[in-house]
Amino acid sequence: MKELNVDVAVIGGGPAGLAAAIEAKEQGVDHVVILERDVELGGILQQCIHDGFGLHRFGKRLSGCGYAHHFIESVAEKAIDVKLKTIVLEITDEKIIYAMNEVDGMMKITCGAIVLAMGCRERTRSQVFIWGTRPSGVLTAGTVQRYINMEGYLPGEKAVILGSGDIGLIMARRMTLEGIEVEGVYEVMKTPGGLTRNISQCLKDFQIPMHLATTVVRIHGNKKMEGVTVAQVDEKRQPIQGTERFIPCDLLVLAVGLIPENELSRQLEVEMDPRTKGPIVDEHFMTSIPGVFAAGNVVTVFDLVDYVSLTGEIAGRGAAKFLQGKLNLDLPAKDVLPGDAVNFVVPQRIRTVNAEDSIPIYFRVKEEMRKVEVTATVDGEVCMRKKHPIALPPEMMVETIQLEKIHEDARELRVSVKVG
Amino acid sequence: MKKEFTCIVCPMSCALTVEEKNGEIIVLGNGCKRGKEFGINEFTDPKRMVTTTVKVMGSHLKRLPVISTDELPLDHLFVYMHELYQVVLEAPVEKGQIIIENIGNSGVDIVASRSLKQIELKKENA
Repeated sequence: MKELNVDVAVIGGGPAGLAAAIEAKEQGVDHVVILERDVELGGILQQCIHDGFGLHRFGKRLSGCGYAHHFIESVAEKAIDVKLKTIVLEITDEKIIYAMNEVDGMMKITCGAIVLAMGCRERTRSQVFIWGTRPSGVLTAGTVQRYINMEGYLPGEKAVILGSGDIGLIMARRMTLEGIEVEGVYEVMKTPGGLTRNISQCLKDFQIPMHLATTVVRIHGNKKMEGVTVAQVDEKRQPIQGTERFIPCDLLVLAVGLIPENELSRQLEVEMDPRTKGPIVDEHFMTSIPGVFAAGNVVTVFDLVDYVSLTGEIAGRGAAKFLQGKLNLDLPAKDVLPGDAVNFVVPQRIRTVNAEDSIPIYFRVKEEMRKVEVTATVDGEVCMRKKHPIALPPEMMVETIQLEKIHEDARELRVSVKVG
Repeated sequence: MKKEFTCIVCPMSCALTVEEKNGEIIVLGNGCKRGKEFGINEFTDPKRMVTTTVKVMGSHLKRLPVISTDELPLDHLFVYMHELYQVVLEAPVEKGQIIIENIGNSGVDIVASRSLKQIELKKENA
């Protein structure tokens, strides 16, 4: 087995991993390696050909691949080591990575620090439970996106989309432009999952209807899909008898949510947050295992790539500081907790002694609220207030807390949202 | 004629009603100035960025993603798409390379939104 020693190993070459690797290198780390299972860097951005990426960072509406291009060039300029077509099999708590590829064979990589940047994965048919047969033509939205945008296949002629998250909406437009008839978008919830601008530009521009509180209850066809049955659902999301409708189609596109891809993190036994379904992280996005960091959608699904890149940079800086002995891990961390109307917060812990001057706290509200005030409290005392015209569950919120507001012996920081 | 739009300038998503009265365009329902501007543009001349793919040979991918250098009139979208379907390229391609100049006489170019290298052809075993 080939044995390697590196300072920082980044697992995953998507937006989080690219940003982490570049930042670690910029902070003076000597040997940085990116381990990527695909044939090229960029992750999911390479199949996101639509515009709207990088408004925060570049002040322009780039395509996903255009956004990735900036980071990939930077990786090449900085002589960061990249291993493609490489699968990580195991990470140990001694920060040893076992990985393999067709050039190096099996590898044992001893690391000074590790950044987990595996991203997230789509929910599949088995995770949303639909009755019926198992014909071809049931695909996740991301798979359809890859087939159409990279591999040049049209996977069907007439499609039904289940789920109104952004990927589903983007694919409704994309399939229409490529000549696939999109019969409609069906959403089990009473409110759409995606951003308003996507509903407007992807559905309304092309007169594609959206059916709320309606879901697919059955898939028909043996080898090839012949159609689906949809039905309206009640308050408990149970199908209402008598509302069933058969739709002939040869493609069912599932856009039913994303989950952080944490098999490696779980195997490593980093502490997980059941709310985010990702590792619990501190102000440098370090997990419960010293020297193991996490960034991007593996921590929680961010939606906005700008945030993913920012967390990658925080983790990359953290990894560099860890190697340079600049992180004091002896003092207990303070908890960051979700308060009223807040679903989760990231990071979940802070060590003020290590923190930079200001700390961004990412969070999502539980339901749509208008004219809100976000408050942050330190042991019950308000340290930050900010008003917003609206707070929506599909839009990640971020507030920056000034370090000076959190006194050293404080125990907890809490973020709440209320109307008014 | 009265038209209704959802404003997409910010997450507030105001419901706009736009109509023309005596040669003047009136926007109702907007919460801010930017919403008024959006309403007028959507009413008179809606524009969108165009992103799609074109056929490419000799690369590890079958399609090259392309993007317009500026927004284009929405009602001509399928005309532009038709023109783009005719394109066949050979790798290598550089990001920013012009794929169609001045598409549909719009003054806007369509450019490659990524680079694609040429793949080395494997020698076939005799």
